[in-house]
Amino acid sequence: METRIANIAFVAFVAFVTHPAPVNASPRQKWTENSIIFQSIMNIKMTKTTQSTAQLLVTCMVDAIYPQVGTAVKSILNKNGCEMKFPPQQTCCAQPAFNAGFLKQARAIARHTIDVFTNTAGPVVVPSGSCTDMIVHHYPELLKSDPVYSLKAKKLSERTFEFTQFLVDKLGLTNIGANYNGRATYHPCCHGLRNLNLVRQPSTLLDNVKDLEQVALPCAEDCCGFGGLFSLRMSEISGAMLDKKLNHVEESGANVLIAGDVGCIMHMKGGLRRRGSNIQVKHIAEILNDCH
Amino acid sequence: MTATELSFYDRISDALANPEGQLAIAAGARAKHMNRASAMAEFPNMEITRERARHIRARTLSQLDYFLAQFADNVESLGGHVFWAKDAKECNRYINEIARAQDVQLVAKAKSMLTEEISLNESLQASGINVVETDLGEFIVQLSGDKPSHIIAPILHMTRQQVGNVFKEKLNVPFSDDPATLNAVVRAHMREIFLKADMGISGVNFGVAESGALCLVTNEGNGRLISTTPRIHVAVMGMERLVPTLVDLSTMLQLLARSATGQKLSVYSNVLCGPRRENESDGPEELHIVILDNGRSQILGTSLAEILYCIRCGACLNACPVFHSIGGHAYGSVYSGPVGSVLSPLLFGDSWNLLPHASTLCGACKEVCPVDIDLPGLLLKLRAKESEKGESPLWMRLGQWIYAVTTCNPILFGLALRTGQLISRILANEGWFTKLPGPLQGWSAQRDFPALAQSSFRQMWDKSSKG
Repeated sequence: METRIANIAFVAFVAFVTHPAPVNASPRQKWTENSIIFQSIMNIKMTKTTQSTAQLLVTCMVDAIYPQVGTAVKSILNKNGCEMKFPPQQTCCAQPAFNAGFLKQARAIARHTIDVFTNTAGPVVVPSGSCTDMIVHHYPELLKSDPVYSLKAKKLSERTFEFTQFLVDKLGLTNIGANYNGRATYHPCCHGLRNLNLVRQPSTLLDNVKDLEQVALPCAEDCCGFGGLFSLRMSEISGAMLDKKLNHVEESGANVLIAGDVGCIMHMKGGLRRRGSNIQVKHIAEILNDCH
Repeated sequence: MTATELSFYDRISDALANPEGQLAIAAGARAKHMNRASAMAEFPNMEITRERARHIRARTLSQLDYFLAQFADNVESLGGHVFWAKDAKECNRYINEIARAQDVQLVAKAKSMLTEEISLNESLQASGINVVETDLGEFIVQLSGDKPSHIIAPILHMTRQQVGNVFKEKLNVPFSDDPATLNAVVRAHMREIFLKADMGISGVNFGVAESGALCLVTNEGNGRLISTTPRIHVAVMGMERLVPTLVDLSTMLQLLARSATGQKLSVYSNVLCGPRRENESDGPEELHIVILDNGRSQILGTSLAEILYCIRCGACLNACPVFHSIGGHAYGSVYSGPVGSVLSPLLFGDSWNLLPHASTLCGACKEVCPVDIDLPGLLLKLRAKESEKGESPLWMRLGQWIYAVTTCNPILFGLALRTGQLISRILANEGWFTKLPGPLQGWSAQRDFPALAQSSFRQMWDKSSKG
């Protein structure tokens, strides 16, 4: 143990001396430089103590409509030394009830999900920013006055990670050897972007995909208009928002649109099909799993 | 409040059926949004200032009774009059009484959403008083018999050409869509109003508790003119619009203009202390400050009180993709956009309960709010309040019940998946549904819906772990 700590300290020292921040770097740059060094140290530590088991919370929509996304996540994590478990009792994260204000129902479903994952080992990986946000931020809030589940909710929230977040921040991977031939544009889904700050993780991973040409999406941070039940209750507004998003996608000149949430993917894909467009829509895990 | 006959859904359809207005709104709001982003980018320590501003608002509201009393005492010691109005009726009656007692014929008004909220203009006009809006946007709204569509940009929904046509028709001037020409027309028209008006009416951007000062922020200088030239100045202030000190005011002003339009500071930021004193050359002879509750005290102390932090900069409207799509009028309330969707049901009652549903909870509003109000969180709380009272539509209640029962039981969930697969196998065409029934038809009106995968992930997992 002591030797490892000494090793880490030594690596830190060497890294610090050999990678000084630029002389006239701003505090922000210096911080970033240092945090990269810090992260690489953490990675060295991580790879030695890697949790070899992770739980897959696949989300109901991947389960029912886009199972290939779940398969892609499983195979990517397997390749990177993670044994994946799938607790078969899992269903849905409760967002449709929570976002519509049906808190009683949302609590019941949240308790079910917590029960399913409580006695499992390792981190919980979710291929969706929105469902991760639900578990990480809303479960503890929703169950804060529940004597039994408040602590359990907190514990689950602490070990739940969105898929790209898990790859980059927990496993320390930036290049997973993927290879995808296409001109792609990336839509950052709102909950991942604003509630989990998923910016660096997907962009790092995509930057390292071989043969992938990336083009900018105009007004990328605008919501696509899905919003769960919003798309049914306010379908006209939702449709107008979708129209704007798809105009921007077409403007970008991409032939594949990448996103991290299958809800938004379903929405944009359905809109593109109605338009008769040939642009494909892929979950980021599908892109990263492609290696010819 | 601004009750229109149409329902929210009809207003949405109307807004979406007007591509010209929609374009004007989206372009205008996006331009302000971009200006805000670049102003904030070059503002040092933006996040710290924002945190400080939030703290100032939170502190003010947690001791509002103290600060209101301090403010009122200071206003009175400066020689101003303070009137506490419980609701719109009391406020309008008081201002009408002053106008009658002082024989007021002409009122010059600065832009104020609060006076829109209480329909003050209509009330004064019913007593035969001529009320003229002196803010350019509001003036155009008044000329065309319209309503403001944005809390700081009343004519966001209009194009230059439309403004030119209104001027040609109502002011008998040759048509022009050149902003400078249009401005000159209004300037000539307004000068006379400022000089003739007996009473100036304004809102209040901030009241300063420690000194009893009023802060009025405008870009056109009309706020300064209507508060100094006429004999009487009446300022209507929402009871929450206080800051404790002048230093706090400076923090708020740093954020207000940047958030609203991307300006470092509005062109005219006036701090007014009381009516004219003996040796002063301008200022009103009488200053009345009406402190209006109109439902605000009911929000105070609840889990939704955070909405009272709002400083009415309009940044959340400019950031909101729903607002970009439908504009302010479709909301039907004086207050539109995310802040309007929270405020309207709280101030004006349950008939506005549909507004909180007009959000994807994308969070763009929270990101730009200068006092970091958790608008998506407040919208969620309002939705929860509605469903707790059992006021959600039947299909929603039924659907939620079925959804919860199914998702809490993995066997039922598996069964539901299989049913979905069966329906998909029989009814889907090339893997897609193009027409859906019942409450789902909104989806298929504008997009296709995918068929369920013939083998769900759990079935694939079972197969691979067995095989």
